[in-house]
Amino acid sequence: MTRSMEDYLKAVHKISREEEVASTTKISKALRVAPASVTEMLKKLAEKDYVKYSPYHGTTLTKKGLKIAEKTARKHRLLERFLHDVLKIDKIKVHEQACEMEHTLSDDAEESLCRFLKHPDSCPDDGKIIPPCDLKISSCAECVQLHKRGLEEVGKHKQNLISINKLKDGQFGKISFIRGGHKVLQRLLDMGLTPGTRISVLRVAPLGGPVVLAVRSSKLAIGKGIAKKVFVEIEE
Amino acid sequence: MSCHSESIEKSNNRKNGEKLTIALAGNANVGKSVIFNQLTGSNQIIGNWPGKTVDRAEGSLCFENYEISVIDLPGIYSFSTFSLEEVVSREYIAKEKPDVVINVLDASVLERNLFFTLQLIEMNAPLVLCLNQIDIAKKKGMIIDKQKLEKALGVPVVLTIATRGEGLYELIESAVKVATENTKRKKINYHNDLETRIEKLTQLIETEKIDLEYPSRWIAIKLLEGDTEIVKLVKSKSAKIVDISYILSQELSTIHDEPCFSIVASERYAYASMITSSAMKQNEVKNTFSEKLDWVTTHKVFGYFIAIGVITGLLLWTFIVGDFLSGLISEGLSFIEPLDPQVSGPIVSVIWNGVFNGFVAGVTLVIPFVIPFYFLLAMIEDSGILTRVAFMMDSVMHKIGLHGKALIPLILGYGCSVPAIHSCKIMESRRERLLAAFAITFVPCAARTLVILGLVGVFLGPIWALTLYAVDLILIFLLGRIAMKVVPGKSTGLIMEMHSFKVPSLSVVSKQTWTRTKSIIFMVFPIYIIGSAIVQALYALDLLTPISNAMSPLTVTWLGLPAITGILLILGVVRKEFILLGAVAVFGTTNLLGPFSPVQLITLALVAMLYIPCLSTIIILIKEFGWKAATSISIANIISAIIIGGLAYRLLEIIL
Repeated sequence: MTRSMEDYLKAVHKISREEEVASTTKISKALRVAPASVTEMLKKLAEKDYVKYSPYHGTTLTKKGLKIAEKTARKHRLLERFLHDVLKIDKIKVHEQACEMEHTLSDDAEESLCRFLKHPDSCPDDGKIIPPCDLKISSCAECVQLHKRGLEEVGKHKQNLISINKLKDGQFGKISFIRGGHKVLQRLLDMGLTPGTRISVLRVAPLGGPVVLAVRSSKLAIGKGIAKKVFVEIEE
Repeated sequence: MSCHSESIEKSNNRKNGEKLTIALAGNANVGKSVIFNQLTGSNQIIGNWPGKTVDRAEGSLCFENYEISVIDLPGIYSFSTFSLEEVVSREYIAKEKPDVVINVLDASVLERNLFFTLQLIEMNAPLVLCLNQIDIAKKKGMIIDKQKLEKALGVPVVLTIATRGEGLYELIESAVKVATENTKRKKINYHNDLETRIEKLTQLIETEKIDLEYPSRWIAIKLLEGDTEIVKLVKSKSAKIVDISYILSQELSTIHDEPCFSIVASERYAYASMITSSAMKQNEVKNTFSEKLDWVTTHKVFGYFIAIGVITGLLLWTFIVGDFLSGLISEGLSFIEPLDPQVSGPIVSVIWNGVFNGFVAGVTLVIPFVIPFYFLLAMIEDSGILTRVAFMMDSVMHKIGLHGKALIPLILGYGCSVPAIHSCKIMESRRERLLAAFAITFVPCAARTLVILGLVGVFLGPIWALTLYAVDLILIFLLGRIAMKVVPGKSTGLIMEMHSFKVPSLSVVSKQTWTRTKSIIFMVFPIYIIGSAIVQALYALDLLTPISNAMSPLTVTWLGLPAITGILLILGVVRKEFILLGAVAVFGTTNLLGPFSPVQLITLALVAMLYIPCLSTIIILIKEFGWKAATSISIANIISAIIIGGLAYRLLEIIL
């Protein structure tokens, strides 16, 4: 699949949605190429089973071709969102840039981009719908879940934070940020260590042992491995 | 408060014997069990929740005209799906719909306890709040305004000191009132961002009419939190709701720059904190005795002394008390029938001897070792010392993939593996329970101690016996580390509440001792009796010789032991002492230095210590972890015993 093939499929897709079949003339206009070259390319694509081509009735996409056209459109629109929302490039300019980038964007990068942008559903310049991904999942939530297994965190990163295992007996701190798996995070939150909570360290066990915190008038022992991931702002 | 106590006769339109169900719910260690015991007395049934290894306690009482059954739910902090206890509790409250839920709170840790109360309110459970340990709170300088609390939550509040029975009558009275009258429940509104989304989702759930047993609002909150089980449940009915809940939770995450489950938790705590600060006054107090004790027990020097003292104390308690009682009982029972396995003579007499020996094995295990052990364990558990010991020992236990709490079952293992494995329940994850249980199977229990002392201590001196113990300790450590690497999953770290110290309540301690002992009796006795009779009969009928011959490449060639030890090892599967007692019976002499060389005695003792969990241990492993895990652990035992035994034999041949 070459770059121009993708462009052809995209064009056919766009035109055939408006008027059922795409005539060679329309395609040649849309892509700004000579009708003769269009015919030649359409024959090539028909051979590879991407389009159904007949010289007089025009061209339609096969299932295989449709898939590629949608994928390219999806990459294009996600990239537009990225260029506009994140890089703050002007709306008028994003289309052209995205046209260049869409062909080199890998599927993995497309998937990550979608998650990073929190699954946008339309593109910024003309509000077209971004086609759904072809992953075997039933919802975006699932996609996020699948990729959440690594690190998770709650709270805010700030400057000069210190993890509670570094605090000394009797020092105070305000919970700023906790890193860890969902299970541990939930457990810590349940025990009252929500962001913004004031804690004090009552005891640090020797030999890399746990720490005892005073939190919400209860005492909580936390193993060193977890304590390392709880970050506080020190208070006097 | 049983049927016979005075009950106030009230004109009541309900007929005699109306049935009510009360569930006790709350955090761990708030005195729920004390209340349960006080309410139900001896009318209790302790079992498991169906299909789960979570203890279920149910009892009953009569109050006025009501027959009330009381369910003691496990102590939990939240309703997430991360532990079996939490799943059991939330399913019970939602599906069985008890007439009233008594939420027991530790008054001295009000804010944290209210976090759970708010979740019960979310579940729309008919509630009574029981503020327990009000005396401890007072000692900490906390004054709680009951009316304000009632108003803020819209739930009746009763102050109690359960250990002294104070306030329990009012508690039941209040509970019956809530159960029988249609009280209006106050709705808790969280802050606007969250509340509007909860309501939107609640409405959608209601219009979609998906038929779930949980209240809509609770489901809405759980969906926003991303509770995997609820998401799955709702998705099977309506994918649309899940998708919308996802969008809503994403919106919230974007607004607050936090994952949604964190927003919900923070919100509950903000609410709990608000209520606490309006309903509770904190006065300055001097250091209480409990604080001082806490300081000492977690001190970096004294703490270790105390931790080691507690562990040694438990061990000594087993050996001294256990040995003494066990000897006494055996002697008493041996007047009835000889206790050495009888392996010749008429078959009926052999079987009878087996049955009797099995019975004695059970009695000499339960009374001397299990009961005193459980009693002392329950004491240090209930007093709060146990959490301090676990705290001090956490870093050591981490080396074998366990955390501080796992120390307790391991110590128990020196008494008997069965209760030790049973008590692995105190750990959160299955992986940790499994690793601890695995380590326990290598801990020399009282029976194995007998074998070590009888084979090695008596004939070769105590130094050799102690050496075996030391070697075993190293082996536990090494094998524990290997198991940690092999068993999939990560160690969860320690997150443990350090409760205030308290004088252990005798009623709770003895009840706990009895409950645990009872489950051991029911499991151990039949196995001992049947197993011992069968093995002895097999032996008497000479059916074991072919097996022992088949084992001879292993026993004779690799381990360098006499062929007959094959039979002894088979006998030992039922009861480890049989290795010693069997040897005496088979060779017809108490001086084992004749038939065995010193090297063989040491090797046999070592193999006996490691080779396989005894039958009752295997049974409890199956019960707690399933066939697969039990088989794997047994095979791991056999393999380590073979490898280590063979190596030891060759090494000892050079040394001795």
